[in-house]
Amino acid sequence: MQRYSGFGLVKHALSHHENWERQWRNPTPKKSYDVIIVGGGGHGLATAYYLAKEFGVTNVAVIEKGWLGGGNTARNTTIVRSNYLWDESAALYEHAMKLWEGLSQDINYNVMFSQRGVLNVGHTLQDMRDIQRRVNANRLNGIDGEVLDAKGVQALVPIMDCSKNARYPVMGASWQPRAGVARHDAVAWGYARAADALGVDLLQNTEVTGFKIRDGQIYGVHTNRGDIEAKTVGCVTAGNSGVMAKMAGIKLPLESHPLQALVSEPIKPILDTVVMSNHVHGYISQSDKGDLVIGAGIDGYNGYGQRGSYPTVEHTLQAIVEMFPIFSRVRMNRQWGGIVDTCPDACPILSKTKVKGLYFNCGWGTGGFKATPGSGHVFAASLAKGEMHPIAAPFSIDRFNTGALIDEHGAAGVAH
Amino acid sequence: MSQPNRLKTGGRVDRSRQLTFTFNGQRYQGHPGDTLASALLANGVDIVNRSFKYSRPRGIVAAGAEEPNGIVQLGSTEAGQVPNVRATQQALYQDLSARSTNGWPNVQRDLMGLVGKLGGQFMPPGFYYKTFMAPASMWLTYEKYIRKAAGLGRSPTENDPDIYDHRHQHCDVLVVGAGPAGLSAALAAGRAGARVILVDEQEEMGGSLLSSRESIDDAPATTWVEKVLKELSELEHVTLMPRTTANGYHDHNFVTLHERCTEHLADLAPRAGGRRQVRSRMHRVRAGQVVLASGAHERPLVYAGNDVPGNMLAGAVSTYIRRYGVAPGNRLVLSTSNDDGYRSALDWAEAGREVVAIADARQNPDGELVEQARAKGIQIIAGSAVIEARGDKRVAAAKVAKIDIEGFKVTGPVEELACDTIASSGGFSPVVHLASHTGSRPTWNEELLGFMPSPVKGMTPTGGAHGVYALGQVIADGFKAGSAAGEACGFERQDASLPKVDERREGAAVALYQVPHQKATLRGPKQFVDMQNDVTAAAIELATREGFESIEHVKRYTAMGFGTDQGKLGNINGMAIAARCLGRTIPEVGTTVFRPNYTPVSFGAIVGRHCGELFDPERYTAMHQWHVENGAEFEDVGQWKRPWYFPRTVNGKTETMHEAVARECSAVREKVGILDASTLGKIDIQGPDAREFLGRVYTNKWAKLAPGRVRYGLMCKDDGMVFDDGTTSCLAENHFLMTTSTGGAATVLEWLEIWHQTEWPELDVYFNSVTDHWATMTVTGPEARKLMAELTDIDLDKDSFKFMDWREGKVAGVPARVFRISFTGELAYEINVQANYAMHVWKKLFAHGDKYGLTPYGTETMHVLRAEKGFIIAGQDTDGSVTPEDLGMHWAIGYDKPNSWIGKRALTRPDTKRTDRKQMVGLKPKDPSVVLEEGAQIVFDPNHAIPMPMKGHVTSSYYSPTLQSGFALAVVMGGHQKMGETVYLPMVDGQVHEAEIVSPIFLDPKGERQNV
Repeated sequence: MQRYSGFGLVKHALSHHENWERQWRNPTPKKSYDVIIVGGGGHGLATAYYLAKEFGVTNVAVIEKGWLGGGNTARNTTIVRSNYLWDESAALYEHAMKLWEGLSQDINYNVMFSQRGVLNVGHTLQDMRDIQRRVNANRLNGIDGEVLDAKGVQALVPIMDCSKNARYPVMGASWQPRAGVARHDAVAWGYARAADALGVDLLQNTEVTGFKIRDGQIYGVHTNRGDIEAKTVGCVTAGNSGVMAKMAGIKLPLESHPLQALVSEPIKPILDTVVMSNHVHGYISQSDKGDLVIGAGIDGYNGYGQRGSYPTVEHTLQAIVEMFPIFSRVRMNRQWGGIVDTCPDACPILSKTKVKGLYFNCGWGTGGFKATPGSGHVFAASLAKGEMHPIAAPFSIDRFNTGALIDEHGAAGVAH
Repeated sequence: MSQPNRLKTGGRVDRSRQLTFTFNGQRYQGHPGDTLASALLANGVDIVNRSFKYSRPRGIVAAGAEEPNGIVQLGSTEAGQVPNVRATQQALYQDLSARSTNGWPNVQRDLMGLVGKLGGQFMPPGFYYKTFMAPASMWLTYEKYIRKAAGLGRSPTENDPDIYDHRHQHCDVLVVGAGPAGLSAALAAGRAGARVILVDEQEEMGGSLLSSRESIDDAPATTWVEKVLKELSELEHVTLMPRTTANGYHDHNFVTLHERCTEHLADLAPRAGGRRQVRSRMHRVRAGQVVLASGAHERPLVYAGNDVPGNMLAGAVSTYIRRYGVAPGNRLVLSTSNDDGYRSALDWAEAGREVVAIADARQNPDGELVEQARAKGIQIIAGSAVIEARGDKRVAAAKVAKIDIEGFKVTGPVEELACDTIASSGGFSPVVHLASHTGSRPTWNEELLGFMPSPVKGMTPTGGAHGVYALGQVIADGFKAGSAAGEACGFERQDASLPKVDERREGAAVALYQVPHQKATLRGPKQFVDMQNDVTAAAIELATREGFESIEHVKRYTAMGFGTDQGKLGNINGMAIAARCLGRTIPEVGTTVFRPNYTPVSFGAIVGRHCGELFDPERYTAMHQWHVENGAEFEDVGQWKRPWYFPRTVNGKTETMHEAVARECSAVREKVGILDASTLGKIDIQGPDAREFLGRVYTNKWAKLAPGRVRYGLMCKDDGMVFDDGTTSCLAENHFLMTTSTGGAATVLEWLEIWHQTEWPELDVYFNSVTDHWATMTVTGPEARKLMAELTDIDLDKDSFKFMDWREGKVAGVPARVFRISFTGELAYEINVQANYAMHVWKKLFAHGDKYGLTPYGTETMHVLRAEKGFIIAGQDTDGSVTPEDLGMHWAIGYDKPNSWIGKRALTRPDTKRTDRKQMVGLKPKDPSVVLEEGAQIVFDPNHAIPMPMKGHVTSSYYSPTLQSGFALAVVMGGHQKMGETVYLPMVDGQVHEAEIVSPIFLDPKGERQNV
């Protein structure tokens, strides 16, 4: 792999940038692999990378029906935080957070992980109780965080309306300084390039049309480019997990909803941190390009159209203008939608299935991006060892039978 | 000289009036009818901005929505600032004040430009992914400077004084675009009798006809426009909406229209008749049929230096001359791949300016317009193109050379022609954006060299948007589309009586996107594809070399099409270049997805009136005014404003909350208090199956609740977790009144409806929210009965009106329902009266209550009183992970009910049967003066290293004036079996509190006080 550096950039500039290598190959599928990852998004690519790097499993194919990182990796609002309430979630997202810190150097690709901090703002007494509970839990779990009062919020975000005149005046917030944002596309590309360099075959424009299962054991997949064999298959197809599971005769407790986001036109830097509010119901950050990146909740109906409905956009911007009245004259440039697979307890599924060798990593709902490195790492460990990694274990499909749910609704609700 | 580029005659501006405006602090003049762009060009302003990445000087390129460079900051006051206004779409008004969005110290001499010049080669696409990685700790510092360089305009820092509006509309036929096709479509549909809405984004309707050289019915095209507009305006069912952009096209012909009501008049909406007018209005239109007459965008050619000010679209040159009476230069070189481009040269010559030469990429140009140019003596260089524009802050010369399009190379010697303007035309791209919003991907038409809209149900593309360009055919096509749309809505087909338009012989165009240069693309001077984002042909080539093969990857890696023009100008060229580099065809490469908005819309317009006090309107109870007058502090609960506590002021000293609550608590425990409980949700449930339904949604039993009786009910979600609680009263055999928590009122009603409508439609039962109909006041305390006795005809005898009974009667002369339920643990009567009588009753109670010490109390006191009794608040003491058994409410679970109920199955799962679940207990701090923090985490071993195993948390915690101690409710793992044990609460300040696990019922465990 050609190493990237400032020095390299200068060197390439002098040769008119004619000698840059491909960031990944475009290989022909082999007949069989040790492991197949279905889905070339951030989580799938991260899984492949860690399989090769940490667990020495390099005979791996990532099968992607479209372009790498083209699903929710390409559509999310890029927020990364680990201040989750429950121990199980906290462990998972904090594991991811630790990998985010140093990821650019690890994969030699600047994913622009920017720890500019995330505020989860509270507007009611109950919001503040929940914030206190969550921050106390974070602290005892070794995750950074503090409770701010309204003055503290105002000091961090001078442009926010923290006055008593607001409909739901800001009462305080939780503040996680290590949280922030990352450049979503770069995460997919960086993992892709690093995985490819370790020998992983990235098969784009290759669609899995079925699973090859015999006596309850998986041994490969059917694709539009022919059959490919593997005794271990990890399915990481957010937005389509229910459809994929059905091909294997498995029913997952998922609902697929559109989740929208929108951006303003680029404006000069004015908002340094990520601000999220469950109660007023919207979240916002400003990208390095200057766009205000905005989102809120899912569309109520189920569907696979990557669009979403206009009333959601209206509600979202109402919330943003309520919190930031000065943005009324800033202009919305573009909206888009992705499809999120949501679980009844708002937590993901990282699990074996009743088909031996077939694993699913799905159900991340509205908040999968932030988990990308952690998800990939523990999923890779599970695929490599045939046993779920301890951090992944609580997220088994079995929890919907036993009732051992990890209900993050209270703490995570809408905002991711 | 004022307006050096303004022509003596021609154009549609009103020369009789002058408008003064400023740009970058400099005063200029223009006329009504100008856009900011045309006025700047008239005044000879070449540089309107600096580019995003390389800080290159940029000028106006286009005349419409596709303009990438003329992005300005508008506004002369702070509150009136508007970022990123497109100068080509902003009408000029008196005292308009605009500034460039980039350029330091100014746009003419920009220091960052040096960085761009010297450092440009070190900034290929994606360079930031390859560097700034060492040392890792420096990224935030690097990023600070990257951020500073980014962004266009700036946000205002003051609140927006303007108002915005929404309107819902229906129509039979929505026609998008009022050019020749749209006008003619509207005419056909309008004549048929259809309700038509015709929208156009420009100040004036007419589209391309406003700058057309052609005649219609032997008169200037604008005469026909006037005639058609007159006829349309006389049709009552036709609505004409200029200055309105169809911005988003959603499922089922739902289209959002953005009407700019006063943006063409001033920064801040003017007043009329003493009232502030609306700045802009969003129309949400549901159309039977959509006729897409959005026209086509001209494609520029991509050649070296094509971003130097003075490089323009050929069509824009014509528009500025013919519509605005502005010739944006003196000496023109045209580079074209088609006949249409010739119009600009002809217009230029007719404006009395010099056409230096026309470089035509075709070997044998021979159309009628070509002949006309030849007849004027204009030099035409066939088989050639402008391969490079020379100049720094303005075009100084064009390098023209013979080219081989197929072989992508320059074949002849390079001739340098001195000029100040280069117009280019690479053909047209139908405006397919709206059609794409619906999810339909456009299809490439090789003959027309453009992407066409794919079918969308209920939508007909016409005219330029349909790839029809010859005027006569456009009008005919529009009429046909309008007629068909009307017909689809049930109106009669209209026979076309089309105007006379001369057919013109046109030569075939050639496919030319990127013009070859003597040097290879990566080595030659920059050829810009997306000017706003400084994306060059070399950037696209490099992206494809690096393996970015999907057009979505190319877009994301290079930022092509990410600007505020969303690739209207450059995307097709970019796709063509990607196709060339990858050795594929354009349709194989395909397009990226166009998304709403077509052009940017202010947040304010989308928000409309739903901001400020109408963001989420506050709800007040019938007694709210009394609370205000009596000094209540309020708490937001759901949408309601509830009295939180009633601080008293004695001798100028106002009580703290702690003091007020202590006083209110004592009043209730010792005398009598009153709470406004109107906000609790109330659902009227009726029907023969009402009782059965209750049995299915509540965990406990309802079969035997007799009329006149009340029962506490617990509701679980299907996962077995408590979701809401409240009392339900049997009003009559098939008639119940359910109460819910304040915040849960709407969600519970939805919950009931979901189960009824989707799972049990066979049950004959109806739900009706009556929260607002009834006002509720809780009179509670040892003296409550005495006070009630003075005001009601209801028999209050403790044996005839028992605890958990309800009675009908009069209170203070008003018909009332009185419920003997208690959330304080004291004797309590909940009086329900029709809300509009409530203030009278409330005041009567006070008139009589004074002698009993009647004290109003708020939610805080209510919380303390109920917590002393161990009564939960759903949502505070529960969080979606607590079962009824966890709460110790085994008595409220009807496992043996004949029918199943929501949550029953879940409650029998292994995890819900665990005995070490987190269970509701009371906590008594070892130090009675300590009030534990709500949300404090509970551990068994305070010396454990972090991460510490957490065993529960405090859900409610108060100081009790009755107990003279702090106390708390909490959930603790296996808590029910740990009575008397000590737990620890490590706090953020390092303190560790100790508390004893006790029963959650701190007061009157047998319930004697409420039962008297």
